[in-house]
Amino acid sequence: MPNTIHIPTPLRPFTEKNESVEVSGATVGELLADLTTKYEGLRKHLYADDGRLRNFVNVYLNDEDIRYLQREKTPVKPGDSLSIVPSVAGGAPTAPADRVAAGLQTGPRAAGAVDLNAEEIKRYSRHLIMPEVGVDGQKKLKAGSVLCIGAGGLGSPAAMYLAAAGVGRIGIVDFDVVDFSNLQRQLLHGTSSVGRSKLDSAKDRLADLNPHIEIDTYETTVTSDNALDLFKPYDVILDGTDNFPTRYLVNDACVLSGKPNAYGSIFRFEGQASVFATKEGPCYRCLYPEPPPPGLVPSCAEGGVLGVLPGIIGVIQATEAIKLILGVGDPLIGRFLIYDALKMRFRELKLRKDPDCPVCGTHPTVTKLIDYEQFCGIRPEPAAQATGAAVNEWETTSVDLKKRLDAGDDVFILDVREPNEYQICRIPGSVLIPLGELPRRYAELPKDKDIVAHCKMGGRSAKAQEFLQSVGFKRVKNLRGGILDWIDKVDPSQPKY
Amino acid sequence: MGLRLNEAVDAAIRAHGAETYPNECCGALIGRDGVVTETLALPNTTEEGPRRRFKVRPQDYRAAEGRAAQVGGELLGFYHSHPDHPAKPSQTDLDYAWPFFSYVIVSVSEGVSGDMTSWRLRGDRSAFDQEDLNS
Repeated sequence: MPNTIHIPTPLRPFTEKNESVEVSGATVGELLADLTTKYEGLRKHLYADDGRLRNFVNVYLNDEDIRYLQREKTPVKPGDSLSIVPSVAGGAPTAPADRVAAGLQTGPRAAGAVDLNAEEIKRYSRHLIMPEVGVDGQKKLKAGSVLCIGAGGLGSPAAMYLAAAGVGRIGIVDFDVVDFSNLQRQLLHGTSSVGRSKLDSAKDRLADLNPHIEIDTYETTVTSDNALDLFKPYDVILDGTDNFPTRYLVNDACVLSGKPNAYGSIFRFEGQASVFATKEGPCYRCLYPEPPPPGLVPSCAEGGVLGVLPGIIGVIQATEAIKLILGVGDPLIGRFLIYDALKMRFRELKLRKDPDCPVCGTHPTVTKLIDYEQFCGIRPEPAAQATGAAVNEWETTSVDLKKRLDAGDDVFILDVREPNEYQICRIPGSVLIPLGELPRRYAELPKDKDIVAHCKMGGRSAKAQEFLQSVGFKRVKNLRGGILDWIDKVDPSQPKY
Repeated sequence: MGLRLNEAVDAAIRAHGAETYPNECCGALIGRDGVVTETLALPNTTEEGPRRRFKVRPQDYRAAEGRAAQVGGELLGFYHSHPDHPAKPSQTDLDYAWPFFSYVIVSVSEGVSGDMTSWRLRGDRSAFDQEDLNS
C-alpha cells in the first residue's frame, strides 16, 4: 500500500497541480527520494546543494515533525502520510550575506584600494606623522574591519577608540536596550539613551565621532547558527561578552574561521586580556579547556565591577585590534595580561598553544560549532518559568510571598546578599545573613517556620536553599528572580541596582 | 504577470506594518488568479530579533492554507515589512523563498508605511524578480 505526501501550494506546479502524491518506500527519506524522482523540479527547492533537506523545509509524518523522530531515517508504515510544510521567513537586509546581495564589501580590502581625503588627512594627522602608522598604516586601518561582540562595558571604549582611530568598518552585535545601571561604565550610551536599543545609541555616537567609517549593526545574540556568517566579513573579532557560553562560542568560531580574537574580561577590580586564535598562537580553550561549573563565577551583574575597569581592558582590546590591522609591534599572542586595579599592577602569564586542544590542536575534535549552553552545563529554563508559575516545590514567587505576608502568615525572610546590597533595598522584615556566613550562622534560623531565601536575582539564594536543606531545614524556599523581581512585581518604590 | 491587491488588502498590510513597527510584521496573501482578496495576519515567531527578521511557524502556514481552502481560493504568497529599510528583498528573504509565491514587502519608515513591492523567486533560486503590483 503506497503512502501519500501532501504537497504545499508553492510546490504544486511541480506535481501537475496535485495536492497529494502517492509514493512508496520504507523510510521518510525513501518516500522523499521517490517524490523527487517522479518530480525532478522539486529537488532544488527541497534539498540544498549538499544533499541535505533545506532548513526551511519541514516534514511531518502524520502530524509529527520528523526532527523529533528519526529525521529522514524515520520508518514509515503503510498508510502513513507525509506533509511538506514550508517555513516562511525573511527579513530586512542586515546579515553579512546581504552585503553580497547589496554589492557591498564582504571580506578584507586591500589598503591600496582606499584613499584618504583632505578632511581625513586632517583628522588623522597625529597618526600620519608617526612612522609606525603613516599614510599607509592609516589606509590599512581604513581598509580594516572589527566586529565587536557586545556594546556594553568592553565594547563601549573599544568601539569608540576604533572609530576615532579610523577603522573603516565596525560591526556591533547586541540585542539589549540601554539601562540606567549601564551608565556607570558604558560610555557609548548617555542618560538620554536609556530605553533605546544599544545599537541605535552606539551607531549615533560612533557616527558622530567619525562620519568617515561604516558601522554595521546586528540586533541578535551570537549563536552557533549565525556566528560564522557574522564573523566572515571582518578582520578581527573583539570579544566583549560577559558569559561563558558566548565566550567559548566566540573562541571556537574565531578558530574555525581563522579570525584573531581580541579578548577581554572583567570582574570587580580585575581584568584580563589576550589575543587568541591566531594561526600560530593559543586559543581560549588552550587556557581553559573546560568552563567552570555554572554559578561558580559570578557575573558583573551579581558581583559588581569598577566602572573604569572595562575602560582600561576595552582600550587594551582596541589597541591589540589596531596593532593586528597595522601589523606593528608585539601583539598579546601567547600572553595573558592580568590587571589589578586595586593594586594598580599588571601581570603577564605565558600561554602555549596546546597540541591536544579540542578546537585548535593537531587533532581537533570540535570541528563545528556546538551547543555552548549545554557545554557550559546550563540547562534551558523550564517552560513554566514564562508563565510565572513556580517551577518546583523549592521555589516561590514574589507575588505568592506578598500574598502570604498580606494574609498574616509567619514567613521568615532570609536575605543572603552582602550588607552593602542590603543598604540599597530590602524586603521589609527580612534578616540579613550573607551567603558566605551561612555555614556558621544557620543556627540563628528557625526550624519551625517557613523560610524564604532571596538574593539579588535568585542565584545565591538557590545555593543557600540547597545548603539549608542539606543541614536539615525542611521548609526553605528560594525566591525566584530575587529582590529585583520583588521590586518589579510588588514594590516598585524601591530602587533597583 | 502581476499581483493585484484590493483596497482593503492594501490598507490591511500597511496597517499591520505600522502596528508592529519597529518590528517586522508578516501575514499570508489569499485570493485567486493573481488577485489578493484577503490577508491573514500571522504572528512573527522569529528568534533572531523581530526588528530585522520574521518567521511563520509551520502551524500558521497550515492555517493559512486551510483558510485559503475554506474560502475557495488559494494561498498566493506572504507579505512582510521592512522597518526603516527599503522595500527590497534581502538575502535572507531569498534563502527562504518558495517558488510561485508572491512576496509582498512594505517599507515602514518611522512607523509610517511607504513603498510596497512584490517579488517572485526565479526558477533557479538565484534571485528575485520584481512583479507588477496594482492596488
